[in-house]
Amino acid sequence: MSDVSFVRKEMLPEKAPPASEVGVLGWIRHNLFSSWLNSILTLISLFFIYYVLSNILSWTFESVWNANSLSECREIMMATWGDTHGHACWGVIKDRWLQLLYGFYPPYPAHPDATWSNPPETGSWPAYFRPNLTFVLLLVAIAPVLFPKAPRKLLYVTAAYPFLLPWLMWGGSIWGPLMVAAGFVIGYIAYKLVISAVGSLTALILAIVLPLLWWLFAAGPVAGAINSAIPLGIEPVQSRDFGGFMLAILLGVVAIGVSLPIGIVLALGRQSDLLIVKYLCVGFIEFIRGVPLITLLFVASLLLNLFLPPGTNFDIILRVMIMMTLFSAAYMAEVIRGGLAALPRGQYEGADSLGLNYWQAQRLIIMPQALKISIPGIVSTFIGIFKDTTLVSIIGLFDVIGLTNGIRADTAWNGVYWELFAFIGVLFFVVCFSMSRYSMYLERKLQTGHR
Amino acid sequence: MKKSVILGVATIAGLAAGAAAAGTVDDVKARGKLNCGVATGVPGFASPDANGEWQGFDVAVCRAVAAAVLDDPSAVEFIPTTGKTRFTALASGEIDMLARNTTWTFSRDVDLKFEFVGINYYDGQGFMVPKALGVSSAKELDGATVCIQTGTTTELNLADFFRINNMSYEPVPIETNAEAQQQYLAGACDVYTTDASGLAATRATFENAGDHVILPEIISKEPLGPLVRHGDHEWGDVVRWTLNALIAAEEMGVTSANIDEMSAGTDNPEVNRLLGSEGTLGEMLGLDATWAQRAIKAGGNYGEVFAKNIGEETPIGLARGLNAQWTDGGLLYSPPFR
Amino acid sequence: MLLYDTRYRSATIQVIALIGFMLLAAWIITNTIQNLEALGKPVEFGFFGEPASYDINQRLLEYDSRDSHLRAAFIGLLNTLVVAVLGCITATIIGVFVGVLRLSNNWLVARIMTVYVEMFRNVPVLLWIVLAMAILIESLPAPRAFRGDNPTATMDFFNSVAVTNRGVYVPEFLFSRSLGDIHFFGTSSLRFDVSLDLIAVLVVLGGSIFAMRKVSAWATAAQESTGDRPTIWHINLAILFVPMIVLLGALGFHLGYPELKGFNFTGGTHMRNSLIALWLALSLYTAAFIAEIVRAGIMAISKGQTEAASALGLRPGRTMRLVILPQALRVIIPPMISNYLNLTKNSSLAIAVGYMDITGTLGGITMNQTGRELECVLLLMLVYLAISLSISAVMNWYNNRVKLVER
Repeated sequence: MSDVSFVRKEMLPEKAPPASEVGVLGWIRHNLFSSWLNSILTLISLFFIYYVLSNILSWTFESVWNANSLSECREIMMATWGDTHGHACWGVIKDRWLQLLYGFYPPYPAHPDATWSNPPETGSWPAYFRPNLTFVLLLVAIAPVLFPKAPRKLLYVTAAYPFLLPWLMWGGSIWGPLMVAAGFVIGYIAYKLVISAVGSLTALILAIVLPLLWWLFAAGPVAGAINSAIPLGIEPVQSRDFGGFMLAILLGVVAIGVSLPIGIVLALGRQSDLLIVKYLCVGFIEFIRGVPLITLLFVASLLLNLFLPPGTNFDIILRVMIMMTLFSAAYMAEVIRGGLAALPRGQYEGADSLGLNYWQAQRLIIMPQALKISIPGIVSTFIGIFKDTTLVSIIGLFDVIGLTNGIRADTAWNGVYWELFAFIGVLFFVVCFSMSRYSMYLERKLQTGHR
Repeated sequence: MKKSVILGVATIAGLAAGAAAAGTVDDVKARGKLNCGVATGVPGFASPDANGEWQGFDVAVCRAVAAAVLDDPSAVEFIPTTGKTRFTALASGEIDMLARNTTWTFSRDVDLKFEFVGINYYDGQGFMVPKALGVSSAKELDGATVCIQTGTTTELNLADFFRINNMSYEPVPIETNAEAQQQYLAGACDVYTTDASGLAATRATFENAGDHVILPEIISKEPLGPLVRHGDHEWGDVVRWTLNALIAAEEMGVTSANIDEMSAGTDNPEVNRLLGSEGTLGEMLGLDATWAQRAIKAGGNYGEVFAKNIGEETPIGLARGLNAQWTDGGLLYSPPFR
Repeated sequence: MLLYDTRYRSATIQVIALIGFMLLAAWIITNTIQNLEALGKPVEFGFFGEPASYDINQRLLEYDSRDSHLRAAFIGLLNTLVVAVLGCITATIIGVFVGVLRLSNNWLVARIMTVYVEMFRNVPVLLWIVLAMAILIESLPAPRAFRGDNPTATMDFFNSVAVTNRGVYVPEFLFSRSLGDIHFFGTSSLRFDVSLDLIAVLVVLGGSIFAMRKVSAWATAAQESTGDRPTIWHINLAILFVPMIVLLGALGFHLGYPELKGFNFTGGTHMRNSLIALWLALSLYTAAFIAEIVRAGIMAISKGQTEAASALGLRPGRTMRLVILPQALRVIIPPMISNYLNLTKNSSLAIAVGYMDITGTLGGITMNQTGRELECVLLLMLVYLAISLSISAVMNWYNNRVKLVER
C-alpha cells in the first residue's frame, strides 16, 4: 500500500547511562549518599576526618627537627610560630632514634669506645652490623616457611638460624652454639644407630637422653677446650645492653621460636589418651592462659632465681625470655590444637591403615598438615606476643617504652611526651600491620586450598 | 661469662650457671666489671645519654667504686631497676651494689637484710604547688589531689602526714617521675610530692619554673645511700670507704685537679694516708695503695660530683643545704682515715 | 619390659610422667625453701594483718591507711572487677557496632571503621592506656578552670556533671530518711556494707516487674478467650512508677550534686580519670578485636538468610537484628570469651596509669613495702586464675545454652 512502513535496519547505539549513575558522581551517590541516613553518616565522617587530620597534620609537619633539647625546641617554636603548643619537637627522635631502635647495643662491639657518631677509624663492620644481619637472616630463614615460592635451599638457613641468632647477638666463641648443635646431631646419630638394635622406643629415649647429657656435662668443657685450641669468635655483648625495638623483636622471635616445639608437645599431650599426661598439659596451659603476662614477668624478675638452685644467677633478659617462652607456649599449644582439630578424621585413619605408629603418623602425616593450617594462628600469636613485649618496661627493662622514661629523665628532654609515643606507635603499627596482612593473605590462600 | 652465653643458647641455664663465690670483691675482680643497680631514670641522679652512657649523681658513686676496685671508672654494668625489682636484684646477687636513691629505713636494713654503707644524699619529702593556688604551707592542703611516685616510702609518709594533721587528700600514684610531672603540669593534681631533690630537679626543667613553688615543709627524713647485701663485710667496707673517701677528699681539699700533685705526698698525714703515700689503708681493704686516688679521679671529690651533676650550675640547680660538709654546717661527716 | 607390653605401656608412661613432674616440683620447692632460708625470709602470710599505711583513691568500700594489707588487696580486687566488667560491657557494645558498620554500604564509614580496627589492633595496649590517660589529662579542663567569675569551663547537664582532668563527677543518690546499712563480716578485712535503701529499691522494682508480668499474662489470657487484647500499657506504667515514687518519697530521695570546694569538687560520685582512661583504652582496644569477630560471624551467615529476610519484607536494620545477629551469635561467642579474658588480664596494666587494682595494691605497694615477693606474686596469680576460670565457666555455660542443638 504505502511505503511509509519503517523498518530499522541497524541497532540504536547504546545510550550513556545517566551521569548520576556512573563515574565519580555515581560512585559517590551509591556509596556515600544512598539514603538520608547514609548522607548524615557521610557528613559526620567527613567532619570527623577533617577535625582529626587538621590537628594531627599541623602538629606533625609544623615541627622542629634541629634541636638538641626541649628548651631549644621551644625557643625555635617561639621564634617561628610565636607559640610553643601545637608543634612537634622531632629533635628528640633525631637525637635518640638509634637508642629507641637498638637500646644500648654497642654499634661497634669490637671497639667499645666508638659510638655511632664517632666510628672507629678502620677495620670494623658498619654500625649495628650484627643486629641488622640477624634481622635480615631472620627474614631469610622464615621465607621458606612463609612463602612456598621461596627456594627450598633456604631451609638450611632456617635450620642454622637457631644457632646463628644467639651467636650473632651475644657474640663470644662460635664453638658454644656449634656444640649445642652437635647435641642434636648426636641425638640423631644415636637414634639411627640404635633403632635397628633395640626398637624405636628405646632409641627415642636414647635420642633424648644422650643430647641432654651432652649439653649438661660435656658441651661446655668441650667448647672451652676447642676454643682454647682454635679461638674463633666475635666480641661478646652483654644481654643487658639489649634494648629498644630490637629487644621487642628479639623477645618475640625467641619466645615464638622456642615455644613452637613446646607448644606441639603440649598440644599432643592435651589430645592424648594418657590421662595424667593430658591433665598435666591442660593444667599448664590453663594456668598460663589464666594469669596476666605481667604476673609472669614479676615471676621472671622477682622469683625465678628463688626457684633455681642457690647461687644460680642469670640475667634478667634471659629470665624474661624463659617466662615469655612459657607464656607463648601455652597459646601456641592452643593454636596447634586448633590445627589438629581441623584435620579431617580420615587423615588419622589413613595413617593407621598404612600401619604407621603414633610418632610416624604425627611426623609424616598429621603435623605437616596441622602446622600448615596453624600458620595464620601462629602469626597472630606472634603479633600478640610482640605487642606484649612492651610490658617488660614495667619490670625495668629498657625496651622502647622503658627508654622513654630514661630519655625523659635526661634534663635535655624532660617534658617531651607525644613525639616519643607517636614514634613508638608508628613503629609497632608498621610491623604488626604488615604481619597481620600477611596472615590474612595466608588464611585466604589456605581456605581455597582446602575446600 | 662465655659459659653462661652458651647455656643461654641452650636455655638450660640455671643448671650450671656461675655460682656466686665467697666474696663480692673477688667476684667483681674476677668479672672485671661492677654490676651496679641504678634507677631507670631520675634527672640528675641517673639517666642514660644519647650514647647510652649513664650520667648522674648516683652513677658517680658506682664509677668511683669501680675505679677503686678495678682501676677503671667505666668498668661498670649499669642495671636499671624499678622500685619493685631493686631489692630482689640485690638480694639475688644480680647486682653487687645498689645506688638508686634508696631511703635507709629500719626494715630495709634489718628485715630485708641489706647493709646501707652510708649516706650520699640527705633528702626529705617536700611538696611543690603552682603559685597560682596561693598556698604557702603544706598545712593548707586539706582536700588536695596529690601526685606521688609509687614504689618508694613517699606514699607512706604522705598518708601519715595527712593523718596526723587530720586532713583529707586524694592520692594519685604514678610510676615514674616523667609521668607525674606531666599530670602535675596539666593540673590533674594540685600538688606533687616526692623527695625535695626530685622536686627541685623537676621544677628546673619546667617551661615556666617561676610559676611553681616548693613549700617549706619537709615531712620526712630520706637519707639516701648505696647499699649492699648483708653478710659480706669486706665488700661493704669497700663501698663504704669509697664513699667516705669522696667525702673526706672534699673536706681535706683534695680535688681531681690537684690530686696528682697531692698524691706525691703532702704535709697532712691524713691526706697521705687517704691517697696511699703513707700507711697501708688500701691493703687493709684488700685493694692496693692508690684505691682512693682512683676513686677520686673518677669524677672528683664529693663536692665536684655534686656540682657536676646536681649542683647550682646545672639545670637541676640544687643547693648543698644538708649535704654540705659538717664544717660548713651540713651533715656530711666522714669518719677519719686512720 | 613394661614399655613393650601394650597392656602396660600407657600406664608406665603415665607413671614416669607423674614421677618426673613430681620430681620437678620437689626440686623447685626445695630450691625455694633453701633460697628463702638463705635470705632469711620464710614464707608466712602474717604481714597481711598489718596496717597497709597507704591510701587508695578509687574505692568501692570504705578504707583508710590504717586498714590491713588484706583489706587493701580486697579493695584492689574489687577495682579490678569494676574495670573488667565495665570494659567488657562497653567493648561488646562498641565492638558489635563497629563490626556491623564495617560492613556498611557507606564507603566512608566502612573505611573509617577499618582504620579504627587496624590502628587499635596493631599497637600495644600499654601504649593505648598511656595515651588515653595523656589525652584525658591534656584535653579536659582542670578543676581550677571552673573557678572564678569568668570560668573557662562549666559543668554539663544543668550544672550536675563536672568533667575535669581529674575525673568525672556525677550526682549521687542520697536518702535523707535512710534505712541505714547492713554490715557484713563485722570488722574483718573483708567487711562490706549493703545499703538497705538499695535493697528496698531493688525489692520494689522486682515486685513491680513481677506484677507487670502477671498483668501481661492476664491480658494474653483475655486475648485468647475473647480475641480482644485489653489495653494494659497505662496499668503497666502505673505499676512500674507509682510504688517506686512512693518509696523514693518515703526515703527522702534527692541527688547530691558535685560542688567546687577548695581544691576539688566535693559531693557527687567521682570516677577518677585513671579508671576512665583504663576503661576507655581497654574497651576500645578489645572492641577492635570484637569487631573483627562480629564481622566474621556475620559474614559466616549465608547470603540466603539475608535474601529470605528481604523477601519477607524486613528492613535491613531488622534483618540484622532479628535474623543475622542471633545466628551469628553462635559463631561469635567462643572467641568472645577469650577476648573478655584478655581484657580482664590486660586490666593488670592499670599500674601504668596509677589505677589501684589488685596488681597495684597487692602486687604493687604492698609488695614493695613488705618485701614479700613470693607470697604476693603467688597470691596475685591465684586471684587472676580464679577470675579467669570463673569468667570462662560462666561464658561456657552461656555458650552451651545458646548453642544450636543438632540432632
